[in-house]
Amino acid sequence: MGNFDGDSGTVFEQSYATTNGNGKVPNGNGAADLSAPEKQELLRKFSAPAYTEIRTRRCQPKPANDAQSPSSINYHPEKKSIPNGHASILDQESKPNQAEGKLSPELEHFQKTSFEEVPLHTACLTYLGFYLLMILGYINQLLFVPKVATEKGRDGYVALYDAFESFYSRYVYRRIKDCWNRPICSVPGDELTLKDRVTDDYGWSFKFTGTETRCLNLGSYNYLGFAAATGQCADDSEESARSSGLAYCSSRCELGDNEQLQELEALTARYFGVEDAIVFGMGFATNALNLPSLLGPNSLVISDEKNHASIILGLRLSGATTKVFKHNNMRDLERVLRQGVCYGNPKKGGQPWDKVMILVEGIFSMEGSIVRLPEVIALKKKYKAYLYLDEAHSVGAMGSRGRGVTDYFNVDPKEVDILMGTFTKSFGSAGGYLAGSKKLIDFLRTNSHAHCYAASISPPIAQQILTSMKTIMGEDGTDIGRKKIHQLARNTRYFRRRLAQLGVITYGHEDSPVVPMLVYLFSKIGAVVRTLTTRHIAAVGAGFPATPIMEGRIRFCLSAAHTKEQLDFALEAIDEIADDLGLKYSRKPRDPNPVIY
Amino acid sequence: MVAIQLFNEIGSIFRNTPTFALVLETLLLITVIWLLLHRRGGGRRRQLTKEEEDRIIADYEPEPLVADTDPNHPLLHTRVVQSRVGKRIQVDGHDCLNLGSHNYLGFLEDQEILEEACKSLRKYGVGSCGPRGFYGTMDVHLDLEDRIAKFMGLEEAIVYSYGFSTVASAIPAYAKRGDLIFVDEAVNFAIQKGLDASRSTIVFFKHNDVEDLERLLIEQEKRDQKNPKKAAKTRRFLVAEGIYMNTGEICPLPDLVALRQKYKLRLFIDESISFGTLGQGGHGVTEHFNVDRDEVDLISAGMEGSMATVGGFCVGSHFIAEHQRLSGLGYIFSASLPPMLTQAAISALDRFEREPQIFEQLQAKSKTLHQKFLRFSKLTLRGDEVSPVKHLYLAQPAENFDKELKLLTELADKCIARGVAVVQAAYLQNRERQPVRPSIRIAVNRLLESSEIDNAFEVIESVSSSVL
Repeated sequence: MGNFDGDSGTVFEQSYATTNGNGKVPNGNGAADLSAPEKQELLRKFSAPAYTEIRTRRCQPKPANDAQSPSSINYHPEKKSIPNGHASILDQESKPNQAEGKLSPELEHFQKTSFEEVPLHTACLTYLGFYLLMILGYINQLLFVPKVATEKGRDGYVALYDAFESFYSRYVYRRIKDCWNRPICSVPGDELTLKDRVTDDYGWSFKFTGTETRCLNLGSYNYLGFAAATGQCADDSEESARSSGLAYCSSRCELGDNEQLQELEALTARYFGVEDAIVFGMGFATNALNLPSLLGPNSLVISDEKNHASIILGLRLSGATTKVFKHNNMRDLERVLRQGVCYGNPKKGGQPWDKVMILVEGIFSMEGSIVRLPEVIALKKKYKAYLYLDEAHSVGAMGSRGRGVTDYFNVDPKEVDILMGTFTKSFGSAGGYLAGSKKLIDFLRTNSHAHCYAASISPPIAQQILTSMKTIMGEDGTDIGRKKIHQLARNTRYFRRRLAQLGVITYGHEDSPVVPMLVYLFSKIGAVVRTLTTRHIAAVGAGFPATPIMEGRIRFCLSAAHTKEQLDFALEAIDEIADDLGLKYSRKPRDPNPVIY
Repeated sequence: MVAIQLFNEIGSIFRNTPTFALVLETLLLITVIWLLLHRRGGGRRRQLTKEEEDRIIADYEPEPLVADTDPNHPLLHTRVVQSRVGKRIQVDGHDCLNLGSHNYLGFLEDQEILEEACKSLRKYGVGSCGPRGFYGTMDVHLDLEDRIAKFMGLEEAIVYSYGFSTVASAIPAYAKRGDLIFVDEAVNFAIQKGLDASRSTIVFFKHNDVEDLERLLIEQEKRDQKNPKKAAKTRRFLVAEGIYMNTGEICPLPDLVALRQKYKLRLFIDESISFGTLGQGGHGVTEHFNVDRDEVDLISAGMEGSMATVGGFCVGSHFIAEHQRLSGLGYIFSASLPPMLTQAAISALDRFEREPQIFEQLQAKSKTLHQKFLRFSKLTLRGDEVSPVKHLYLAQPAENFDKELKLLTELADKCIARGVAVVQAAYLQNRERQPVRPSIRIAVNRLLESSEIDNAFEVIESVSSSVL
């Protein structure tokens, strides 16, 4: 519970214990269960040939417990998925936590967020495992000549790479290198097609086998399911490419500005209910190339410790002083803010800062947590700081109207000084935006690096954003957008609750579609990702250096395109893998009641 | 008793110690006390009470988030393109001959490339919905990387999703704090940002001046001799552009390569303009000078010029390029390039290989335009003859850059009204390393006819005579 203020933590534990009691759940509910021979046949038929199959302790699948949802039997990514039989339930608003409605909003937000501590023996094992890997790596490096290309014709030069860095990537990361950069050859929609590859030399190089594996996609950031090769978005984009071409080959300030981008900016501003917006061709660059325009050397930035690399790069380029506060911890934020404002810039003898900026993300992509926005805004007002909110993952995915965390918390978006986000994820396109007051955006138009120097957005890419944004807003005259938002919220709740019921440790807020499942050990990251692939599920693993050494994790990203059957299919696989690999670390009481979709 | 003895003992110490030692020790003691007190005072001053803190917070008045922007700022008033970009372009309601878009080979109006991109859209959708590591790698990305590497005859290529971020990520992937980078002073803004991100020591040499570079290298060599330990750990880089975006001139590559060998530098060339325009086969500045590509450590290029799509790539030996897959920030942390734009780049490469004559055609057009545009009475031309990017400056400098920019803007506006689209180059003057002289940046298109070049010359000449 290190991330939250201590006193509320105890309240949380107590209330959880009283409401749930202590029950061990059987095999969940509504899980997709197959008869044993049927399943074995499926496994034989569809097992991915390319990946190393991890031998699991239990070869026989569990006997069927209760087949509550008969339709779920039919789902398998290799087969055509059946239409969602639950579409009719969509209109029934699921309202969890009604009983706890009396709590203050802060406490409620806190309750819904989970950062369960790692069991001590697991922590010890994780460190031990990691150091063992390192030692084995060193021995390996001593005994065998590394099979890597060496630099040619540069004798006597200073070595280009740091010794540890290349050691780590060659002898530690290589062991599970096959879990990343997996090529796909399809739309990254609710399912995707992996191009199978094998390695004959323990990860030094890969070869394609020529086969393909169809997988359920729990890895792409396709929150609202707008990634599609057919439908309105794709049609409009193709139309736009045909009428306006593929690019402008010029920056916005030379010959790259056009009516489509102006419309996109106006629409983005309207979407958030702010005065103006500016768009860029790359989400990463939106942070990295605009933060330097907004900050100077006498600015103080207070940044969440889990902020994205693009923000960190932007801050580095800006030359501002950066102070880090503990992840989503408001008490620590206030401490840092107070100290910053009261003691001023130490490099200039305590002279007050020109400006103080708080930098947070809406949903933190590796933690799955949601920023405690109302409290951040209260602090920002108290200390007269400015707030920069990066909604890369939350825009579209959060709030009843998909407007991001401001919508989710019912906060006026004008309370946030700078709204930033990307079009890559929920909108299924590419690029990023900054939105806020007219004064801010005018300043950016005259000072933004990306606006002045980088190529403007390609017409079909901009069109995809326009169409998907209009769909979310309901301006296309349908309720597709509303349904998608609803479906995502429902999928998220269901999936997170079922995972909690299985007894694995997940991080983050229960409404966040980014679901990190903690596996801790470095080797388990590889094992889980590979085993999931053999079960036709594509998920993402994350380990050191992207996370702390101790907190290796598997990340699932939910999508409105997923159906209940698909989630059940995944949950069943996760349940078995969790048993086999010992991932059920959670010591929290499990909810014995079936989770209603 | 013991106390008296001790007292006597101390007294004898004082009597027996020479005076100078006593004075020294006292000074030492004072210094230590002063240092201790000073550090406490300077580091955190004294602790404020809660009331004092509250008062400071109540009195704190931050600067506004951003300064007010002049509503007449030139960058607020951009020109609006109203048609598909090609040799002709509709700008602000005027149908113009296009001398402003960096569409050197005319691929923007190529129907075949468009069809292939649309086919790709129908297979993969628009966005890739993830970074390369997390299911954002599609087979088209791998194809493109293979094709670029093969085209350049090098081992490995790596594709970025944004031209600006390509070189800006590549430089800090290798150069770190404490390293040395020698850079031409005229490099474009993306390189400048890459240098900032690397936190290395930057040494600028005069634009295309090899003697100045050698002078700086010799100076550095002397410094190294004084501190050989540090020198043995300092990586050295040399960064230049193939054709400079800001001047249109070609870098003296053979000389740079000679210096690279002599002083053990690693040479990075940004070929955003020269790739696909220079050399017989469009292989860039290395082919232009007939330099072995192994002599250059890393070549980076945007695909937003001759390839007429979006994004960029770096290409080099496996040893060099592979490193960016774990260290190129813009590669790891950004969503991958949309598949349809990746396909457009592959299709462009197809054309490069199938019709290598297009490069000569482009170079011929660049030369024709160069010869013609040298004759302006009130404008001077800068740039290499074969470069597709050239700059027009005022022949008579105005009193300051603002004034020059104003005149050039007026000139461009009037040219557009008369059917020739030229634009003044856009710079953030206050954020460039040093102010860049305003100019009109001309981009040559392979499809231009001689008559059109003549016509453009007439229009610009007559407008410039009336404006200037």
